[in-house]
Amino acid sequence: MKFAPDRRRVLKAALVPAVGVAPIAFVRDALADAPQPSAPRVYLNEAEFAFVEAAVARLIPNDALGPGAKEAGVAEFIDHQLAGPYGRAETWYMQGPWKKGSDTQGYQLKLTPAALYRSAIADIDAHVHEASQGKAFVDLDAAAQDALLHELEDGKVELAHAPAKTFFKILLQNTTEGFLADPMYHGNRDFIGWKLIGFPGPRYNYVAEIEQHGKRYGQPTVGLLGRDGRRVMKDA
Amino acid sequence: MATRLPKVDCVLVGFGWTASILAHELTEAGLQVLALERGGFRDTVPDFSTTFIQDELRYAVRNGLFEEPERETLTFRNKTSETALPMRQLGSFRPASGAGGAGVHWNGQHWRFLPTDFLQRSHIEQRYGRKFIPDDMTIQDWGVTYEDLEPHFDAFEYLCGTSGRAGNLGGQKQDGGNPFEAARRRDYPNPPLKRGLAQVKFDEAAKAVGFHPFPCPASNTSRAYKNPLGVEMGACTYCGYCEWFGCGNFSKSSPQTTIFPVLIGKDGFEYRVRCEVTRVDLDASKTHATGVTYVDAQGREFEQPADLVILCAFPTHNVHLLLVSGIGKPYDPQANAGVTGRNYAYQITSSVDVFVDELVNPFMGAGALGQAVDDFNGDNFDHGPENFIGGGYLAAWTTGGRPILQSHVPDGTPTWGSGWKKAMADNYLKSLSIATHGSVMSYRDAYLDLDPTYRDVYGNPLLRLTFDYHDNEIRMSKFLTDKAEMIAKAMKPRAMHAKPRKAPYSIVPYQTTHNTGGAIMGTDPRTSVVNRYLQSWDVPNVFVMGASAFPQNAGYNPTGTVGALTYWAAEAIRKQYLAKPGPLMSKA
Repeated sequence: MKFAPDRRRVLKAALVPAVGVAPIAFVRDALADAPQPSAPRVYLNEAEFAFVEAAVARLIPNDALGPGAKEAGVAEFIDHQLAGPYGRAETWYMQGPWKKGSDTQGYQLKLTPAALYRSAIADIDAHVHEASQGKAFVDLDAAAQDALLHELEDGKVELAHAPAKTFFKILLQNTTEGFLADPMYHGNRDFIGWKLIGFPGPRYNYVAEIEQHGKRYGQPTVGLLGRDGRRVMKDA
Repeated sequence: MATRLPKVDCVLVGFGWTASILAHELTEAGLQVLALERGGFRDTVPDFSTTFIQDELRYAVRNGLFEEPERETLTFRNKTSETALPMRQLGSFRPASGAGGAGVHWNGQHWRFLPTDFLQRSHIEQRYGRKFIPDDMTIQDWGVTYEDLEPHFDAFEYLCGTSGRAGNLGGQKQDGGNPFEAARRRDYPNPPLKRGLAQVKFDEAAKAVGFHPFPCPASNTSRAYKNPLGVEMGACTYCGYCEWFGCGNFSKSSPQTTIFPVLIGKDGFEYRVRCEVTRVDLDASKTHATGVTYVDAQGREFEQPADLVILCAFPTHNVHLLLVSGIGKPYDPQANAGVTGRNYAYQITSSVDVFVDELVNPFMGAGALGQAVDDFNGDNFDHGPENFIGGGYLAAWTTGGRPILQSHVPDGTPTWGSGWKKAMADNYLKSLSIATHGSVMSYRDAYLDLDPTYRDVYGNPLLRLTFDYHDNEIRMSKFLTDKAEMIAKAMKPRAMHAKPRKAPYSIVPYQTTHNTGGAIMGTDPRTSVVNRYLQSWDVPNVFVMGASAFPQNAGYNPTGTVGALTYWAAEAIRKQYLAKPGPLMSKA
């Protein structure tokens, strides 16, 4: 597995979390040129992508404090995550029988994250369509979008395929991930998330600084792929 | 049809901390030892390289180093009256998979349990009276004492190069250490780690309210170190990627950084990865193991004969193997009879987040960088007026400041929108958290058995976990959380946010990977699976390592005690068992 000759397979192995870790040289080799921010969609269709982009722009808005989730590429992040092992629930136990269970028993839906997004977006847009004279979520103004997101969060909207609360929770979780994960996964573009909170990125050595209590750390923000916050890993 | 392989002297199920220690000890005794690991092989280079491993999404969020529920999980319910459902993704705890086991991804928080922890029932009865113990609480003594284990605690700390300061050297209290710890024969092999602002603030505040803070014992090396096996470690650089990650700097103790360099390639030792043991094979008498059956990555089944079988898997997997192999009578909570699966326990955690004006810089940290107080652990205080059993430590850890999972916002912050964004911007660099880490006693209705419905990829029934927090634990945890709030207030923060733990127990949010019990040790075969040497009462050539042996759980991270028990069992095997294979204790 580790030294499979086919480069693409090796790269894929590197990105599948629970499979053995691929040699770093292969991963570095794969970085090649940074794709443009407007990379083609890999799982979501254009309408779904527009929904996600509009939703994450409300969850972490562009405001007085600076750019938000949309500008940070969080929709691209989610698109790529859904196309990969996470979206496929590759490491989850997905055998039946399927029962609802209690909150303490956790996720018991037959839907993978990718399938959950697809069905929930369709269900939400159907709901909006009915309630707002044929509009879609993306057509609503910010206040109406916020109101609907609150309804989803509180479980006040009935969706056909999955509880609204469950979808909202995963959407919010993935949004936070995309805003604060290493930019190599397409989100946190230009370190927008990390710069907002003051995280300097993964660094190797704070031996001197750790005892300089209360002092601001002065080094520039860095990601695993360096200081260019637009470099992404292919297949990430 | 399983292929029968040549016999080995000893087969180890798993290749984490306990298997690595045993592999070294038993090959030293001249045995031919084989470790069978369900996950892959991995080592500091290249797998944990710092330019690669410091990836919060991949490892901490998407569970890069842990077991895959898809292949093997358990079902869960709070109460016997409910239907257990599968844990479909990891949540409350994260068992490891792969060489090095959880020793790869732990924080390195390296404690010794207290002498009274090992005498949980007899000590409580003696100090508070028999009636102090609730009827449904099934706590018991371990059958081994702190004094028995002291040389082995010491051996494991010196293997790991643990950084800390003694509080009690041979009965003499030492300034700057934990005044509540039991006597140790010598100081830690390395001095405490450097302290960040969170540790200094905790130290001052804890003293101000009359508690006794000390640096937490850390298996993150405070300086370069060569252990007794001759393996060298480098000084920790406080990069803040310990828990959920492997260490790329040879600074966090793990089998890879302390034992593998002398074990891998050693005469008499072999390991095979991606080999999952599916049962222990017994002969017709059911009192003797002939070896184990395992399935490799290609799906081929093998029968591996061995004279000695030692289970070194995660506690729940040890219990699962015992149950599917028919070793020990399965526990029946209705009849209150049987042993295998009995006395599952866990731990109960809570926290108080503290928001201050200074820059705390949480991203500079180490897995076991913390300042703690032990005033309320074990029986270090009078439980009479409190009306609960157990305790825990309070600590300001700075394990790292990884932004997705390790940021704190004040109480009342919106979950999203501009309010959340502003709270993140205002507080990420200026907050710390005081953790409480509490014991969980064992109960008649907290146990492990086989699920009647759900199966793993090999067709075996999944393990079924039935567990909830009891009033005793909720009261105890509230007591600890209140004390943590006292310390937090003494820091004069601009805001604080107490997060007490509430019942029912949920398998969803991460709490701790300190699952214990189910194959507990003791001196009475009617109430324990293994004897005081971790040897199966029913099948004497089977030993069971790890926290599955804990009769109930104490208020400390378990690894230090797991390591000590392993050395203790290894000594018994080397000095007693190998000379005369058979039961090391009489059943009567």
